[in-house]
Amino acid sequence: MAQEKGTIYRVAGPVVTAVGIKPRMYDVVFVSDLHLMGEVILLSGNKSVIQVYEDTSGIRPGESVLATGAPLVAELGPGLITSIFDGIQRPLVVLQKKAGDFITRGVLEPGLNRTKQWSFVPTAKKGDKVEGGSILGTIQETPDVQHRVLVPPNVSGTIEDLREGKYTVEEPFCRLSGGTTLTLLQRWPVRTPRPYRQKLMPDIPLVTGQRIIDTFFPVAKGGTACIPGGFGTGKTVMQHQLAKWSDADIIVYIGCGERGNEMTEVLTEFPELKNPKTGSPLMDRTILVVNTSNMPVAAREASVYTGITLAEYYRDMGYGIALMADSTSRWAEAMREISSRLEEMPGEEGYPAYLASRLSAFYERSGRVTTLNNKEGSITVVGAVSPPSADFSEPVTQDTLRITKVFWALDTDLAHRRHFPAIHWLISYSFYLNTLEKWFDDHVSTDWKSHRVKAMEILQEEASLQEIVQLIGSDALPENQQLTLEIARAIREIFLQQHAGHDVDSFCPVDKQFKLLTAILEYGRLASDALEAGVPIGDILSMKSRDLLANIKYEVNFDEYLEKSVAAMRKEFQTVGVA
Amino acid sequence: MAKEYHTITQIAGPLVFVEKTEPVGYSEVVRIQLPDGTTRRGQVLDTSGDVVVVQIFEGTAGIDMASGVTFLGETIKLSVSQDILGRIFDGSGSPIDGGPRIIPDERMDITGSAINPWARASPREFIQTGISTLDGLLTLVRGQKLPLFSGAGLPHNEIALQITRQAKVLGKEEEFAVIFGAMGITSEEAQYFIKDFERTGALKRAVVFLNLANDPAVERIITPRLALTAAEYLALRQDMHVLVILTDMVNYAESLREIGAARKEVPGRKGYPGYMYTDLASIYERAVRIKNKKGSITQIPILSIPDDDWTNPVADLTGYITEGQIAVSRELYRKGIYPPINPLPSLSRLMRLGIGPGMTREDHRSVEQGLYATYAKGRDVRDLIAIIGKEALSENDKKFLAFADAFEQRFIRQGRNEERSIEETLNLGWELVGMVPESTLTMVDHKIIEKYYPDYRKKK
Repeated sequence: MAQEKGTIYRVAGPVVTAVGIKPRMYDVVFVSDLHLMGEVILLSGNKSVIQVYEDTSGIRPGESVLATGAPLVAELGPGLITSIFDGIQRPLVVLQKKAGDFITRGVLEPGLNRTKQWSFVPTAKKGDKVEGGSILGTIQETPDVQHRVLVPPNVSGTIEDLREGKYTVEEPFCRLSGGTTLTLLQRWPVRTPRPYRQKLMPDIPLVTGQRIIDTFFPVAKGGTACIPGGFGTGKTVMQHQLAKWSDADIIVYIGCGERGNEMTEVLTEFPELKNPKTGSPLMDRTILVVNTSNMPVAAREASVYTGITLAEYYRDMGYGIALMADSTSRWAEAMREISSRLEEMPGEEGYPAYLASRLSAFYERSGRVTTLNNKEGSITVVGAVSPPSADFSEPVTQDTLRITKVFWALDTDLAHRRHFPAIHWLISYSFYLNTLEKWFDDHVSTDWKSHRVKAMEILQEEASLQEIVQLIGSDALPENQQLTLEIARAIREIFLQQHAGHDVDSFCPVDKQFKLLTAILEYGRLASDALEAGVPIGDILSMKSRDLLANIKYEVNFDEYLEKSVAAMRKEFQTVGVA
Repeated sequence: MAKEYHTITQIAGPLVFVEKTEPVGYSEVVRIQLPDGTTRRGQVLDTSGDVVVVQIFEGTAGIDMASGVTFLGETIKLSVSQDILGRIFDGSGSPIDGGPRIIPDERMDITGSAINPWARASPREFIQTGISTLDGLLTLVRGQKLPLFSGAGLPHNEIALQITRQAKVLGKEEEFAVIFGAMGITSEEAQYFIKDFERTGALKRAVVFLNLANDPAVERIITPRLALTAAEYLALRQDMHVLVILTDMVNYAESLREIGAARKEVPGRKGYPGYMYTDLASIYERAVRIKNKKGSITQIPILSIPDDDWTNPVADLTGYITEGQIAVSRELYRKGIYPPINPLPSLSRLMRLGIGPGMTREDHRSVEQGLYATYAKGRDVRDLIAIIGKEALSENDKKFLAFADAFEQRFIRQGRNEERSIEETLNLGWELVGMVPESTLTMVDHKIIEKYYPDYRKKK
């Protein structure tokens, strides 16, 4: 790749204009003697406009510019899992050792460790014909992740040499006909989606252990979901919960323009928490890409592409990946900021006119696919959105809603009442309910759907009754409607509310979700029967049964406690003559 | 000696355009020599071979096209040493208390670099402020940034001062150093703070930066950065625990808007620049604790939000960056309650890290949840009375109503110098929660209820 040198003509914040180079769009350029990394985002006449990923204070016109002739690439290979990168894949742990507690400018450090040796076990052999995506062998990357070493997408040939052994990422471990040698380290331009054979319909749920999500608004593996919500509604807690408990093989968490302390929380909690599937620390399946709000804005723009490229790499090995982007609004703002420095014609609220197309192109990199090696892999994308003033009519929320298939609407009023997760059950939706029905029938119960529908009916009825209650008070309602309110309250407080900080309640498996909802609905049925049989509403409301149900979700011995509580409930209703 | 240019081609608002210069660095400090002999300072906003755009901190009044412009070849720096403690500076960092110049240990760049997220330590040391609503429901921890969301005419300054006076970490002797950064407040307000610092002796461990209402608006852009640079010096070089009060961030944001307008930038919501989120983050994110370092920076920014409207972009973006917010409520203030903090719209995101066994008490989380839910319910009942009258309420609703009143009068209300220990706060909380039936506390773990709910305690 041809490198060429030019000079800086103008500096305005993160946008630098250079002359004397002839790069292609999105080529990487190093600016000034400090070697600040940037990307070409506009070419005009002899001028190249560069967005620089680091602070440009003190940089002056006339300083040098070095065009690398290559686009921004991600380094792919063993060692990605458990890593924490910034938006342009610099390893933050290494940076801290090298440069101290603050990120100093111009520090370059490759994404993958160059000296660590990996034990490679071949699964292909000499003489095999291989092509892009073929599996050559495996490396145990972490106790939870077996790294499948793939032939890069654009390479093919016959294996001439392939040996078991320990290799660093730069040592050749395989030779193909025609003299091509392969290393464990591969590179891929982050703005280009990696190829696959075919997209599949998403019909398996990503089980998250969050009751309101799995039961009412499930997301499919390979699907897309968005979580918009004003500040304090629990977007980040929700994203953390999904990263902790989703039954994905690998989690890619992109902290895009958010708080530094939140990432610290992930970094302190994840190594301690256990993966519910394997029992290993959660960190053993996690990659973090972190560009906090005070880190350079251009690198924030790049961070979502870096993150999804890493996800695609593992998808191509046949894994299911859940990717959390928190928050896509900050990414959109980074686009707006760069666009405004370029003096582009703005669209709605100052966002660039290409906002919608960039968002949709990003979400479209999700999906369940047949990979080049005929395995099945998936990327589920969950994007948080931070609408200004919790106003969902703003462009980022609206453009996101047009693409994503699941909408978890976080509600400020619920959050103020400390109803968490503050996902509003009447506004949210999931387009996957029908496609996932079969899975729940097969894996949980054929009553799954009918129970969900029943519970939702009660909640909807509650909402319309509430309007009346606000006018006349609940005691003025007919008794059967008062009871509906009580059953709805049980669904809301016992089932929908889930305590993220509680050891037991934080994660609720689907069979437990089903049993809990079944018990609440049984309570509702028994109470209605009692009312019909003439038991006064006051007596029903003061029964101990409901309180018993309220505590089940916190119990370690869930099944035992559930059985006991349901038995006690039936007994209590028997005393008033209802069976 | 740096070269002086006399090539100003345009002066517009706070901006000066200079041509035909040698290469000038982005963000460099600039000195302008006026014909009357006075000088102004500024900073480079845009630099190219053709024209350099300079933003003047002290305003452009009096600058003419013949004024001399000198580029000083470095970005803005603050001279720091232990001697800054007890001193008062203006909004651009020059001493205004009649004391000597600071002989610097170090000259620190005021922009600061972004902290490596890996280097951060998780904030988890509970700060007892002695104010029940804060300690019980909105716990503050060292290294947190927790703003006061207030409005014109509300006692946010008094609350900030009470926190400053009473803040302590239990079991630790060291006192907080206080950094006070004032942006565009009146001299009366500034005096109020300084007098209180003097009265309590806090001044000797305080550093004050004052940009008052009649000081140049553009200078406000650097005032909080000076304050935080001083804070970083004390926290990270001198191992001190620092409490930073920044007031008023709305004035700061208005300066940002002023400069954006002068540069003819494409405006975002309500005319504020599109990069305001990033800009505010570069201030708030400097609240920190670092692994293997003793000191910490805790921030309490104050926002007097126009018309109490939280959808205002300054409040909204602040809420997205800070770790919660303390809502100063006009409604409670009108009822004569001090401190008028409404816990419902308030939040402390880091609370979870600083409470519980070994830090405060095992029941802290439970009593917090109980109080929140019950108070929310009690306020709903209040709304209902307006429509159906008190008599039509059910027995339970009457209990909620009584709770809401008692909660405001006994839990939220306290004296300006009253300091309640966390034990007192939590016990008071249980006493009040005991006013409503246990069965309404579904969100609370029953094991804790059985241990702390008043009815059970009486039985024991």
